[in-house]
Amino acid sequence: MKRILICLLALILVFSFIGCSKINTMKRIKDTNKIVWGTNAAFAPFEMRQGDKVIGIDADIAQRIADKLGVELVVEDMEFEALMSALKSGKIDFIAAGFTVKPDRAEQVLFTDTYFTAVQVIMVTQDNEEIKGPDDLAGKKIGVQNATTGDFVASDIEDAEVERYNNGMEAVMDLKNGNIDAVIIDNLPAQLLAEKNPEVKILDEKPAENEEYALAVRKGDTELQKVINEVLSEMKASGEIEELVNKYSIGD
Amino acid sequence: MLEGIFKVLSDAIFYNLIREDRYLLFVNGFKVSIQLTVFAALIGVAIGLLMAISKLTNNRILNRIATAYTDVIRGTPSVVQLIVIYYAILGSSHLPKILVASIAFGINSGAYVTELIRAGILAVDKGQMEAARSLGLSYYQSMRYVIVPQAIKNILPALVSEFIVLLKETAIAGYIALDDLTRAGTIVRGRTFDPYTPFILVALIYLYITSILTAFMGRLERRLRQSD
Repeated sequence: MKRILICLLALILVFSFIGCSKINTMKRIKDTNKIVWGTNAAFAPFEMRQGDKVIGIDADIAQRIADKLGVELVVEDMEFEALMSALKSGKIDFIAAGFTVKPDRAEQVLFTDTYFTAVQVIMVTQDNEEIKGPDDLAGKKIGVQNATTGDFVASDIEDAEVERYNNGMEAVMDLKNGNIDAVIIDNLPAQLLAEKNPEVKILDEKPAENEEYALAVRKGDTELQKVINEVLSEMKASGEIEELVNKYSIGD
Repeated sequence: MLEGIFKVLSDAIFYNLIREDRYLLFVNGFKVSIQLTVFAALIGVAIGLLMAISKLTNNRILNRIATAYTDVIRGTPSVVQLIVIYYAILGSSHLPKILVASIAFGINSGAYVTELIRAGILAVDKGQMEAARSLGLSYYQSMRYVIVPQAIKNILPALVSEFIVLLKETAIAGYIALDDLTRAGTIVRGRTFDPYTPFILVALIYLYITSILTAFMGRLERRLRQSD
């Protein structure tokens, strides 16, 4: 019985891989009149919830892409770590989620042009005198959002214990409670978090090199990639991206 | 074709288990899940026993407390309870995370165990209590030596099945950044971008643990039947 079960599961495993057949994205977008945007709406100011809508810098970019194609925009708000899988299996058509261009991600998806330069920062409590920069993080407990760039940065720090939360807010909450020593997260959300939580501060010294954000589509979807690149370059040329950053970063 | 399948499988195993020693994540996750389940089960049974007896006494205050406890815990999702206990109630307690999580899961499981034990005690024939009392045992003594042992025997199968539920319930421990078995799956998934394999591995491990528990339950039931 048990052996049959294991064989069955092995088979499921194999077929699930074979199941990843080619998806004709552009044709499907045209046929269904919809484009599906995948994001994790807990990453202000790039994407956050307002009522039942997802708003933010990426939301406006996504809307422009849908407008350009003349179709309806559908949002899939999911866990950040599930985005790549969802894209590969065709559940979503593109990712716009403060998504950093990284070589190991580029093996799996097709990145568009970059549209924003992000900086990772370290957050600690106001009264923390011990941690002044990335060198003091060795052997410390560091909170991050699971599978984000901060997670990768923290995982490379010597002897550091990485605590992976579902979003940055929870990591900061645990920082305030004194259960972790520091949080590594992107600069913009960090500023919003620091504004809402006066008990924490952002350190000047950066834990990693600067990162570039881009959107991502499935491997082979060069047609969609081209459309998105056009939208991005239009928005960059008109200064719209900068406007959006200012609009969503200031206050709430 | 066969070669292709072999390549896909060996790639899946390499990326999800061997590269960067990822199998260690699953091993540690397995340990955490087991620890959580065992501690939570102990706490749950202790609370359940106390609350079940509180529900059955004639003391109004104890009655009310026990009823409020089971109503609140059974009426709210365990994810919410876990988050509230971890971030708010025990937020700045600096207890080890695994202990906080065990307490949260224990409190949750306790509510279901309460109802189990209560039903078990009620199922013991009334004459047992009457006989014990007329032999001169106090209420506490009759409970301790006559009623509860019989009740426990009646509810053991249901209790084991509650432990199986509890094991799977601990899958939400990732919400408080505790790396249990399921979270190990999501971490590996976030690294390998492989949608299925890590979770299928996780599912197989859970299935293995629960099948051991089920087998244990079967043996226990047979053993208990012998003394009838």
